[in-house]
Amino acid sequence: MADRFTDVSTVRTQLRDVDYLADDGISGVVYLADRLEKPVLIEGPAGTGKTQLAKSVAEMTGARLIRLQCYEGLDESKALYEWNYKKQLLRIQAERNKDGSWSDLEEDIFSDEFLLTRPLLEAIRADDPVVLLIDEVDRVEIETEALLLEILSDFQVSIPELGTIEATQIPLVFLTSNNTRELSEALKRRCLFLHVDYPDLEREKEIVLTKVPDITHNLADQVARVVRSIRQLELKKHPSVSETLDWAQTLMLLGVDHIDEQTATETVNILLKYQSDITKAVKEFGTSDELVS
Amino acid sequence: MTVTESTPILELLAGFIQELREAGLPVSLTENLDAMEAVKHIPIEDRAAFKYALAATLVKNNNHWQAFDTVFEVYFSLRGQQYTIGEDGESSSLDELEDLDDADGQGQGQGQGQGQGGGQGLTPEEMAELLYRALQSGDQSMMAGLARSAVRQYAGMEPGRPVGGTYYLYRTLRNLDLDGVLDRLMQETRDEQPDMGKLDEKLASDEYKARVEQLKKEIEAEIRRMLVADRGVEAMARTLRKPLPEDVDFMHATRDEMANLRKAIYPLTRKLAAKLARKRRHGRRGPLDFRRTVRASLSYGGVPADPKFRNPRPHKPEIMVVADISGSVAAFARFTLHLVYAISSQFSKVRSFVFIDGLDEVTRFFEGVEDISEAVHRVNTEADVVWVDGHSDYGHALGVFWEKYGKDVGPKTTVLILGDARNNYHASQSWIIKEIADKARQVHWLNPEPMSYWDTGDSIVGEYAQYCESTNEVRNLRQLEAFVEKLV
Repeated sequence: MADRFTDVSTVRTQLRDVDYLADDGISGVVYLADRLEKPVLIEGPAGTGKTQLAKSVAEMTGARLIRLQCYEGLDESKALYEWNYKKQLLRIQAERNKDGSWSDLEEDIFSDEFLLTRPLLEAIRADDPVVLLIDEVDRVEIETEALLLEILSDFQVSIPELGTIEATQIPLVFLTSNNTRELSEALKRRCLFLHVDYPDLEREKEIVLTKVPDITHNLADQVARVVRSIRQLELKKHPSVSETLDWAQTLMLLGVDHIDEQTATETVNILLKYQSDITKAVKEFGTSDELVS
Repeated sequence: MTVTESTPILELLAGFIQELREAGLPVSLTENLDAMEAVKHIPIEDRAAFKYALAATLVKNNNHWQAFDTVFEVYFSLRGQQYTIGEDGESSSLDELEDLDDADGQGQGQGQGQGQGGGQGLTPEEMAELLYRALQSGDQSMMAGLARSAVRQYAGMEPGRPVGGTYYLYRTLRNLDLDGVLDRLMQETRDEQPDMGKLDEKLASDEYKARVEQLKKEIEAEIRRMLVADRGVEAMARTLRKPLPEDVDFMHATRDEMANLRKAIYPLTRKLAAKLARKRRHGRRGPLDFRRTVRASLSYGGVPADPKFRNPRPHKPEIMVVADISGSVAAFARFTLHLVYAISSQFSKVRSFVFIDGLDEVTRFFEGVEDISEAVHRVNTEADVVWVDGHSDYGHALGVFWEKYGKDVGPKTTVLILGDARNNYHASQSWIIKEIADKARQVHWLNPEPMSYWDTGDSIVGEYAQYCESTNEVRNLRQLEAFVEKLV
C-alpha cells in the first residue's frame, strides 16, 4: 500500500486541499513516512497542529483514523488486545453439558472470536486504509513504551495464544509528543522525527485566512504580525496557533477591522493565559519611545 | 548545482554523518541506514526537502537542530566557481547585482568597474542605498544578492586563513551599519503615517528587524560558503563545531549560548518535575493498611483477597542553597537557582542565600512569584552581598551564614553550596562547613570548574570538600540535571 503520494509537492497541495497548510518539513516527512514505511514522531509546543496533521493526512488519503490516546497507566489490554473473559466463561459453561475434550475447548476459547481488538491491533488488522494516531505518547510510562516497539518496527503483534499477527497493509502511523519527558532511544530510533514549531509569519497568516472565514487580508496580516511580536517576548507560554485563531475569531465578532493598542490590550487574554505574561505583553505594546534599540 | 560529479552522494553522506557524531549527536547505525534510504527518495536538487529528510532520520532531539543545521550547511552548501575567494569570483557577483539593479529600473549599475581597488562594483553610498531599498521592500532575491556583494566588498577575505568566519562577519556588518539603516527605515515609516499608533509602530519595527536578521543570516551563509570553498568541508566543519546546548560550559558561554541555555532550561525543569513526580508516585508500596484491607474484604465475604497498602510518603527534603554570585560563577548560580525553584514542589521548603564577600538571604524574591527568571534577575541586582571589596570571600560569607542562619539548619536540611571556592587567599573558615555538616542531613558542594582546576591557585575546594557529603563538578546542564535528580 505504499506509494500513496507521487512527490513532496503533491503532499503539500493535497494537504492544502484539506485545509492543512504544511511547510517543507512537514510535507517532506509525510512523504518519506510513506516511502520508507516508518512511523512519524511529531514533537513540538502545544497547539501547533500535531494531532491535526494526522487527522488531515487521514482525510486527504481517505483513510479511517484510528486513535490511541495515551495516558498514565495505559497497558496492553487497552492498547493492543484483550481476551473477552466474560464470553470465554460463558463458552466454558455452555460446554459443561456436552463432553468435548479440554484441548478442543481451549483451542476454541482462544480464538479470534474471543479476542477484543484494541486500537493498535485494529490498525494492523484493518483491510481498509487506515491512519494510526498514537496521541501524547510521552504520557505513558517508559516501560509501557516497549509495547509499541514491535508494532512500530515490524507492524506486527505477537499474541502468545494465537501467534503473530502481521499487518495486512502498512498503515501510516503518527505519534505525537509534548515532550514532557525524554522518549526512549529505542522508540526514537524506529521513527522519523518531525519537530513542528510555531509557523512563520506568512504561514500563520495563511492559516488564519483559511480557518477564519470572511476575515480580511489586512486583519489577518495584522493578527499574524502581533502574534509574531508577542512570541518574541520571553513568556511562560507562547500563544499557539489555535489561540491565534481564537483571537482572530474574536476580533471578527467584535467587528474590528484594524487592531490598535486599545483592542489589543482588551483582548490579549485570549492569546495569553498567564497574568504575568499578559502584563509583560501589554507593557510591550505601550512602550513606543525606545523602538529601535 | 550542489555536489560535483566526483563526489558520490553516499560518500558525502558518510562524511556528513561522521561529522554529526563528532559534534556529539547520537546517530545510530539504523538511523544511518534510514538516512541512506531516505535520500534515494528525495532528490538532492530539492534542497529544503532533502535537508528535512536527513533531519527526520538523523536528528531526534530538537535541541540538536542547530548543530545539524551548521553541519548541513557546510556539507551541502552551494558550491562552484563563483565562491572562490579572489579574482575569478568577482565578475559573476557583480553581474548578478547589476541584473538586480536593472530589474529594479533604477539603473545604478553604472557604478560597475569604477569602484576602488580590485574592481569592486559599488561605492559605499550606492551600497547603502541598495541596502535601504532591499530592506524596505523585503525582496528576497535582492537581499541575497546584496549579501553576496557586501561580503565581497567589505569582508576582505584572504584565501587560506584558518578562521571560522566570525571576524569576516563582523567586518561586513560594521561597514553596512545596519542599526543606522533601521533608524532611517523607522523614521521614514513614521513620516509616511504620522497618525500611526504605538502598536503599529512596534509591528513595523519588528518587521524590519526580522528582515535585518534575515540579511545577517544571508551574509553569514555567504561567508561560510566561501570559506568552505576555500578550506574544504572537513576543516570548516571542525572549526565550526560547537558544543550541544546541554554541554555548554556555564563559565565560558557566549551571549548567544546563554540565550539558548535560558531557553533550554524551562523544558528541562518541566521534564525533571514530571519525572520526579512520577518516581514519587510509583515508588515502592508502603506497609499494609489494615483498616482499608478489612473494609475491602467485606465485598469478598470477609476474605482479605485484596490487600490494601498505605501510600508511602517519602519525605521531601528541605533545601538551603548558598550560592556564590561573583562574576565568574554568576551564570552557574543563576541556572542552579532557577532549576531548584522550578522544581520546588519536590522540596518541603527552599531557602536561598547568595554571597560574594557578604551574604544575604534571597528567599523573599522568590516567594509568590510566578516568573522565576524575573526573581533570579532581582537576586542579581538587589541582593546585598558586598561587604568590603566585592571579591569572593568564602570564609567571611560562611561565617555570616553560620552566625545568622546556622540555628535554622536541622537534621532535615540539605545544604547546597555553589561556587568555585576561589577564596582570594582569605581564611577558609572550613570548620563552619564541618559544623553545618554535623547538624544538617547532607551538605553538597557544586563546583562549576573542571575537576582538573580544583585546588589550583586560590581554589581551596579540597579544604571544604573533606566535610561535604559529595563534591560535584557541575559544568553544564547535563551535569546539573543529573545532580538534581540524584538529590531528590
